[in-house]
Amino acid sequence: MITKRIIPCLDVKDGRVVKGVNFEGLSDVSSPVELARYYSENGADELVFYDITASVEKRALFTDILREVASTIFIPLTVGGGINTLEDFDRVLKCGADKVSVNSGAIRNPALISAAAERYGDQCVVLSVDVKRVDGVFRVFAKGGRENTGMEAISWIRRCVEAGAGEVVVNSIDTDGVKGGFDLPLLREVCDAVSVPVIASGGAGSANDFIKLFHTIPQVDAGLAASIFHFGEVRIKDLKQQMAAESIPVRL
Amino acid sequence: MLSVAIIDYGVGNLFSLKSSLAAIGVTARVTADEREIAAADRIILPGVGAFGDAAAKLRDSGLAEVVKREAAAGKPILGICLGMQLLFEKSFEYGEHEGLGLIKGEIRPIADVIDKGLKIPHIGWNALHFGEKKHPLFRYLKEGDCVYFVHSYYATRCKDSVIATAEYSAELTAAVASGNVCGCQFHPEKSGNAGLSILRAFCEGEVATC
Repeated sequence: MITKRIIPCLDVKDGRVVKGVNFEGLSDVSSPVELARYYSENGADELVFYDITASVEKRALFTDILREVASTIFIPLTVGGGINTLEDFDRVLKCGADKVSVNSGAIRNPALISAAAERYGDQCVVLSVDVKRVDGVFRVFAKGGRENTGMEAISWIRRCVEAGAGEVVVNSIDTDGVKGGFDLPLLREVCDAVSVPVIASGGAGSANDFIKLFHTIPQVDAGLAASIFHFGEVRIKDLKQQMAAESIPVRL
Repeated sequence: MLSVAIIDYGVGNLFSLKSSLAAIGVTARVTADEREIAAADRIILPGVGAFGDAAAKLRDSGLAEVVKREAAAGKPILGICLGMQLLFEKSFEYGEHEGLGLIKGEIRPIADVIDKGLKIPHIGWNALHFGEKKHPLFRYLKEGDCVYFVHSYYATRCKDSVIATAEYSAELTAAVASGNVCGCQFHPEKSGNAGLSILRAFCEGEVATC
């Protein structure tokens, strides 16, 4: 049976992981390469890197790091942040990314998804979407969640999947950072709307939140989180043991 | 030192495959050069994308004949993902296309056999099942170890050459071998330590029928 994936997400700025971490045996807490290796050896099923570098000039730093990560870690790598053109896809894929995540780039230019899917295959194109309730309606937010695009989220996700997005990362702004659990009503609507893998993001505060997620909505394929893994509040190895004990299929 | 030729016929990203071989101490060359391929100790046939397009590229470049010749000479060959599918006689991905015919059987959509409502592609980590006899390619693995899959088509009518399966409401062919020619539907270069151990077994052992 296909297993549920647990995915840590690393924000990288100017070549360094942004959120500080402190693990035993990790000499450099903000080295993307060391942290990626740590996660890979401790049960992560996949890694997501978001490049949040502001300046274009420093983008080269990110691809250098990606290349180094991809030469030493052999699990699927997804890369996002600043993906606006096919050249951006090309740039990160050549450095060892397996999938490329688009968010604002697709909002600005929806044709990017179909063009990328045609060139690299659906499995390579991941739609990342930031969603927030406004007057009871799920809306798509851009620019890292700062700007309401006015678009209704479920129809936007459906449209992107029809255009060729092979996976969807659903990040709920309402639950993000609250650590009170994933946004189950939102995730259920997305799962009912599309047939591609759905990755839940935003809100995980404990192992129980992942267990509740996969028990309540078995169609969700993966859970993504950042700080609870980075700060060691949840250890992926322990989480997966707990999931297995709850009869959720995982790779141990 | 043992050398591996990764067949370069213009499809897919070979960065990870090359790096994963380097990680187990094997020098791999991405090449379309007939002499280099002939001189290598092992051949890996990679591939992503659509079968028809890849098969045409392999044929048009003359590399199909090179691979067939090396296979007939007994050189160990490993096809990965679409590269595994290309080893078969034919595929029904968007029409009907001829493959290399090194392994008996054909490639069909997984939609034909899996339960409705399951996602396509079959993507993610799934457990390998080996049956009664474990092929030398899996000598470092145990029953139920997980590897990473991404595919929408699967190999069928190949009972005699199946050496591993994965369960996705139906039993899908995960790996095949026929003498010195073998293939994995999954990506060993993306399957963590389990995947590296498969590449190591391919590079160091005698690859023979079990």
